[in-house]
Amino acid sequence: MYTWDFNILWSYRWLFLNGTLMTIAITAGVIILGLLLGLLAGLMQLSRNPILRWISWAYIEIFRCTPLLVQLLWFYYALPVLTGVELSAMTAAVMTLSLYGGSFYAEVIRGGVIAIDPGQSEAGLALGMTPAKVMKRIVLPQAIKQMIPPLMNQSIIQFKNTSLVSVLAVPDLLYQGQVITMDTFRPLEVYTVIAVIYFVVLVPLTAIVKRSEKKLQRSH
Amino acid sequence: MTGTVTPDNTKIEITNLKKQFGSNIVLRDINVKVDAGSVVALIGPSGSGKSTLLRCMNLLVIPNGGRIRIGHHTFVFDDGSKMPRAKDQAHFRSNTGMVFQHFNLFPHKTVLQNVMEGPLVVKRMPKAQAAQLARTLLGKVGLADKADTYPDRLSGGQKQRVAIARALAMEPEVMLFDEATSALDPELVAEVLGVMRDLAAEGMTMIIVTHEMAFAREVADKVIFLRDGVIVEEGPARELIDNPKQEATRAFLSHFHTRND
Ligand SMILES: Nc1ncnc2c1ncn2[C@@H]1O[C@H](COP(=O)(O)OP(=O)(O)OP(=O)(O)O)[C@@H](O)[C@H]1O
Ligand SMILES: [Mg+2]
Repeated sequence: MYTWDFNILWSYRWLFLNGTLMTIAITAGVIILGLLLGLLAGLMQLSRNPILRWISWAYIEIFRCTPLLVQLLWFYYALPVLTGVELSAMTAAVMTLSLYGGSFYAEVIRGGVIAIDPGQSEAGLALGMTPAKVMKRIVLPQAIKQMIPPLMNQSIIQFKNTSLVSVLAVPDLLYQGQVITMDTFRPLEVYTVIAVIYFVVLVPLTAIVKRSEKKLQRSH
Repeated sequence: MTGTVTPDNTKIEITNLKKQFGSNIVLRDINVKVDAGSVVALIGPSGSGKSTLLRCMNLLVIPNGGRIRIGHHTFVFDDGSKMPRAKDQAHFRSNTGMVFQHFNLFPHKTVLQNVMEGPLVVKRMPKAQAAQLARTLLGKVGLADKADTYPDRLSGGQKQRVAIARALAMEPEVMLFDEATSALDPELVAEVLGVMRDLAAEGMTMIIVTHEMAFAREVADKVIFLRDGVIVEEGPARELIDNPKQEATRAFLSHFHTRND
């Protein structure tokens, strides 16, 4: 029978905290960058210009239809060979996760926009607004209501996805866990603690998503 | 393309207008002149191209050929032509007000914000001034007390009156109505027609697509009967509705009550 010993991990508490903060920081970064990419690609999908549509389509499909782990390794190890541009592990990780997340956000944003009654755009255009103004002031504010729950869900997935960056030796929570494991030979305790940390951060977040979903349905 | 000549009293001049969707020819060769301050009723069976003609007048539909002049602004369309630039389209549209069958109010904005939106965004009017203009117009359509309400709290008739105020806020030269009362419960039709009647009396140039023949007969100066993308008959409202010359017009009108008695 295995005897659990969590006490030994107490001396590593700052490393756990460090890793957790790193994971949260990476998540925040890739959510923000991913949303910008997703907005751009999502709106390009709706453009009248077929070249823009094609570019965004290719981007979305490439990143949605290949595994994230492969993408991470490709950007870190293969891209430098191809282009001669070396990326730091952190840059490669943030870039890849943002592009990956952006491809999913783009589909959510495109879907949210086309769900809005075309009569709304027409009413804006009829007033003399330019298409860009119509998008910004009439369509997006309404579409965002429907987009926020799926965007939040995707962001929660992104939080968990950040654990993959440890393969590039980015010092996130999981990477620190590996370091601690090598130090203590206590994988069972270490990975249990790590799972609990992810869980403790995400459970309140999912509750917030649920709440905001309900609140949005009632708001204007 | 913007010209600057206004030769006479015509506010709207449509010449050889053509529109097709794919192989479906919807407007064949439309010529219309509308005097400043007059009201034209556009009637015809479903699918005859009434909405398309109206929507060509504010470029929500881009014609395949012909010429449209509204006030001082002219657009010429040739087939396969490049689209007018988005900015030019927007500028042209700001001079026409459009009222839709389904109101299309902005649900995320209050009644007041709906009416302010055009002046605020398109004319860059200061907020206080836009609010004042909006309140005046809401008073005019009898909804001053609804300024801070959201559209989902309004009846259909109230929504359409807000939509009219919203269009008027741009101080357009021309108002276009596409079946403005068709989506309303019968008891709410009169309040919207009342607002339109007042507008006509004030001298607004109006084109109304309608199935309310009695209203057209009473308020319109001219009626145009459209069928299969062709103007079959046009003339003074009473004359055309009471004594249509064409058999097709007569057959169409036989489906309607044409008088309010
Ligand atoms: N955006 C579009 N794309 C393709 N076809 C269209 C489009 N808009 C209209 N049409 C076609 O053009 C024809 C005329 O339509 P339009 O809406 O102008 O008729 P209408 O006279 O307004 O009819 P209704 O009384 O039913 O409103 C119809 O055959 C319609 O299917
Ligand atoms: Mg129609």
